Amino acid sequence: MNIRAFLVLTCLWSACAQSELSIQITQGVDNPIPIAIVPFAWEGSGVLSEDVDQIVMDDLQQVGEFQALSPGNMLSLPNEEREIFFRDWRVLAQDYLLVGKISRAPGSQLVQVQYEFFDINRELKLAGEILTGSVTQLRDIGHEISNVVFELVTGTRGAFTTQILYVVSEQSADGQTVFRLEKADYDGQRAQVLLESNEPIMSPSWSPNGEDIAYVSFETSLPRIYTQNLATGQRRQITNYPNINSSPVWSPDGTRLAMVLSKDGSPDIYVQDLLNNELIRVTDHPAIDTEPAWSKDGRSIVFMSDRTGQPQIYQMEVGASSFNVERLTYDCFQCMKGQFLPDGVNMVHVRRETRQSPNYQIAVLNIETLRVITLTNTSLDESPSVAPNGSMIIYATKFGGRGVLDAVSIDGRVKFRLPSSTGDVREPAWSPFFN
Amino acid sequence: MNVKSRNEWRARIIFVSFLAFTACSSTGDTDEGADATQNGSGSGATDTATSSSASGGGQLTQEEIRAQSALRQTVFYFEFDIAEFKPADRGTLAYHARDLAANPNKRIRLEGHADERGTREYNLALGERRANGILNYLIVNGAAHSQIEVVSYGEERPTQSGQIESAYSRNRRVEIVAR
Repeated sequence: MNIRAFLVLTCLWSACAQSELSIQITQGVDNPIPIAIVPFAWEGSGVLSEDVDQIVMDDLQQVGEFQALSPGNMLSLPNEEREIFFRDWRVLAQDYLLVGKISRAPGSQLVQVQYEFFDINRELKLAGEILTGSVTQLRDIGHEISNVVFELVTGTRGAFTTQILYVVSEQSADGQTVFRLEKADYDGQRAQVLLESNEPIMSPSWSPNGEDIAYVSFETSLPRIYTQNLATGQRRQITNYPNINSSPVWSPDGTRLAMVLSKDGSPDIYVQDLLNNELIRVTDHPAIDTEPAWSKDGRSIVFMSDRTGQPQIYQMEVGASSFNVERLTYDCFQCMKGQFLPDGVNMVHVRRETRQSPNYQIAVLNIETLRVITLTNTSLDESPSVAPNGSMIIYATKFGGRGVLDAVSIDGRVKFRLPSSTGDVREPAWSPFFN
Repeated sequence: MNVKSRNEWRARIIFVSFLAFTACSSTGDTDEGADATQNGSGSGATDTATSSSASGGGQLTQEEIRAQSALRQTVFYFEFDIAEFKPADRGTLAYHARDLAANPNKRIRLEGHADERGTREYNLALGERRANGILNYLIVNGAAHSQIEVVSYGEERPTQSGQIESAYSRNRRVEIVAR
């Protein structure tokens, strides 16, 4: 009897060794917005563990729309409004200015970060506040400031305080493969191991409020769906159907999981209610139906089916007759893993154009105009996941023979890469907003 | 010949045949008629040398040897984008089926795999489709469904890394694993 030993740990406080993702910008826009971020003053003693202004600078440049002025080129270093000479910044052709200072909150271990944000050309203060937190929250405070700046300049809500899930596989010294499910900030920082196993882990998925996750684990030697609460680490096995149990995806209202089960002869889409465990069958076809994604109103599911011979993307209403299926893709040899962007009109997907060249790329289809934009020029792309503000897509690909995560802006102009220090990274899932 | 010496003779033939075939993973078939036992990896020599020297009991011996050789082949490879197993593997799989039929307590697991191209969920389904194709063939040829468990690993457990066809072709497989 073939027994595969498995090791499953839930590591809440980084007790397990995690991968390190480091961000690399691989492509930026031609005319980035010039912004000056003056190093924040620190009015306390000792050295702060995080460089808040550097975090803001990195955030804004990583999404590629901004170009930050090097502090070495600054003519003055104001920390608050009354220290600012706008001419100093117009001369350097800057559009925006961020200044700030950090001090200890009186009588406590907390720190106070005061920031002020200005439109240089109009000599206008656009935002300013004091954010208070512990020293370990400095990184979060930096990202909050980035969110404010980003939204004021672009009109789009910033996603700098969001997180990603991903799976890492690594060969240990004895040739065994170890799989880890990890969570990190959107930029790969502060990675934590959520699950470690000698058996594969697949398909991580966030609940809409970001408090729970779902995934597939082979720890029982068969693929089964689990949910896990992030705060408590508590796990719950959701399914134990025969054959494939895969692709868990939370409904927008957080009460149901779409999933793929092949218990009735071939992989089909099902929806399981998480409260009463009621199972609804959505597709009923002998072909492979898989990769469900929900519409924003939670009434329809987009999925991939190879019922015409090759994978294409379809949509149908949950609970409707299984004949009532609408085909969404026609021009590709294979189209897979479709998900709607928050606008409900554009659908990101994985696309293989021809039978002859097995290149898989990330593309966006506008289902109203039928126009397709291909966002990537790598050829082994998979698992796209959209940022909750709809501005960027993270996906898995191969670089230098190793699995890495890449991110691309929705118009394809900006790219960054998150290679791991160890092992292969895959299956990213971008979190929702955490309020 | 009395019984004892016929058994001795049979033992010698088994021994000689075994020596002739230890290096081969499969055998070409020269005796059987319609039942094609050409195997996909066919690098074996034929058994004409020993068949001509075998007497009436020798046919069964060669069959046992062929069966053992077939049972040693537990990995079956697939073409890209294809879920059906190679026709050349039918003979080997038939031996596996008969072995299961003859040993009702024997249990196996069919583990289906795909190469890394394409999405992970599609490859999970493709791996299962490949394993199910072999499952059905085994059942048709005498195995009981209850003896066989099917699991797909999709692209999650490759045997070879690398973005080249030689690695991909070795990852597109179904493995028969004893339980």
